[in-house]
Amino acid sequence: MSSAVYDKVKELLVEKFGVSEEEVSREATFSDLDLDSLDLVEFALAAEEELGVRISDEEAEQLDTLDDTVKLLEEKGATVEGGA
Amino acid sequence: MTSDDGSGRSRADLMQRSGRSYDMTADIAITGLGLVTPAGIGVDASWQGVLSGRSAGATDPNLAGIPIDISCRIADFDGNALLGRKAARRLDRFVQLGLVAAREAIGDSGLDPETWDGARVGAVMGCGMGGAATWEAQHTVLMEKGPERVSPLLIPMLIPNMIAGHIAIEFNANGPNLVTATACTSGATALGVARDLLRSGACDVVIAGGTESALTPLSIAAFGQMHALSGRVDDPAAASRPFDADRDGFVAAEAAGVLILERAEHAAARGATVRARLLGYGASADAHHITAPDPDGVGVGLAITSALADADITPADVGHINAHGTSTPLNDAAESKVIRRVFGDDAPPVTSTKGVTGHSLGAAGAIEAAFGVLTLQHGRIPPTANLDKQDPEIDLDVVHGAPRDGDVDVVMSNSFGFGGQNGVVVLAGS
Repeated sequence: MSSAVYDKVKELLVEKFGVSEEEVSREATFSDLDLDSLDLVEFALAAEEELGVRISDEEAEQLDTLDDTVKLLEEKGATVEGGA
Repeated sequence: MTSDDGSGRSRADLMQRSGRSYDMTADIAITGLGLVTPAGIGVDASWQGVLSGRSAGATDPNLAGIPIDISCRIADFDGNALLGRKAARRLDRFVQLGLVAAREAIGDSGLDPETWDGARVGAVMGCGMGGAATWEAQHTVLMEKGPERVSPLLIPMLIPNMIAGHIAIEFNANGPNLVTATACTSGATALGVARDLLRSGACDVVIAGGTESALTPLSIAAFGQMHALSGRVDDPAAASRPFDADRDGFVAAEAAGVLILERAEHAAARGATVRARLLGYGASADAHHITAPDPDGVGVGLAITSALADADITPADVGHINAHGTSTPLNDAAESKVIRRVFGDDAPPVTSTKGVTGHSLGAAGAIEAAFGVLTLQHGRIPPTANLDKQDPEIDLDVVHGAPRDGDVDVVMSNSFGFGGQNGVVVLAGS
């Protein structure tokens, strides 16, 4: 189980969205992190920029836990430069 | 009869609780102040800053490459530290400044947003420009990366009314909620509108003031193209020099000021400390030119005389004027002529705190009203910074060099905006 994508998602949430590191876990939902639908759209934009895969608006609406998000990103072939 | 607004309140309940009927002469108490200005963060720091007479003008690294690269920026304001990174990233800086000032003002008032009747609390804030920095940053994204990368937060970050919206959200203020946009008069207009909401019976408390943060390359380049700014880029601390013979324009600033206005009876009933009273307000339009002041000052004179009439006082009752005094050649000359015309040879001592703070556009009317409140409370008139040689055309007693101490009973605060909009606030001691 590669965690490079998860680590990148975590880094994005902490660095760009101001989420505290302790809050982030695979089970956490966006709502647990106080991120709303506008943040989700921003997250999708950031993921596209950082991971090179596009999450559609429909897919973004379905995102629940970070684990689901990481799985979706990995299915789409997300790659992290210098990652595992 | 129950209203159908879902609140379960009857119309009679909403309108008549504790005698909240129309009273166009109701006394208005000022029970809280909050300031975030280039003179200091917080009321005490800002007040000490303006009393020092030292200008906050400085070279602004954010304006590198713009011909006039000076401003009065609040360099040590850190929205992330004061509001938390998670919240701050969703707020343009004009909202960050306004929220911090609102927090201080509400804390100062002793009101508790956890327990107050939010339906009776309004918010009226002035803002001339909105989220200029957000606009510009996202325009760059549009040009460089395309429309699909534009942030979904752009609109909620830039629209000027969002400062009032955020105040409502943070402080549980469900009453009337709006932003006034009258350029450099916006903060004063907000106080006038807030006063009317209290007197009309719509509110018991209004969180009122102004906020501005538009020190961006595009807006400063544009003010520069208007020849409105001081070109003294090699000596920025001397650039804002209201009423001085060598003044050559204003220095743009960012700031926020919030005043808690309450019906005096409401303040008395809860045993609040009253800092001062909002005694009168006058507004007018020049109906003359989009940016130049009317050299005859008809509109400004009308706003001043309206404010005096509204306060039911004569010119002789005014002990001090906090002038608009932007440091532009045209404004200071025209304003001083009108003051002479209305007040005659016995015009009260005048100061322009913009010498210290620069010109914070839509926040100016609010922060200067707050300085007026502090003058009443402390018996100190702040000096006008950089007044080395008073313009001989300006035949007024301009306080300079050091604060002038002595009791002041009534202060007038003037604000005039592009568009020809004028607002004059009259304040009296508690």
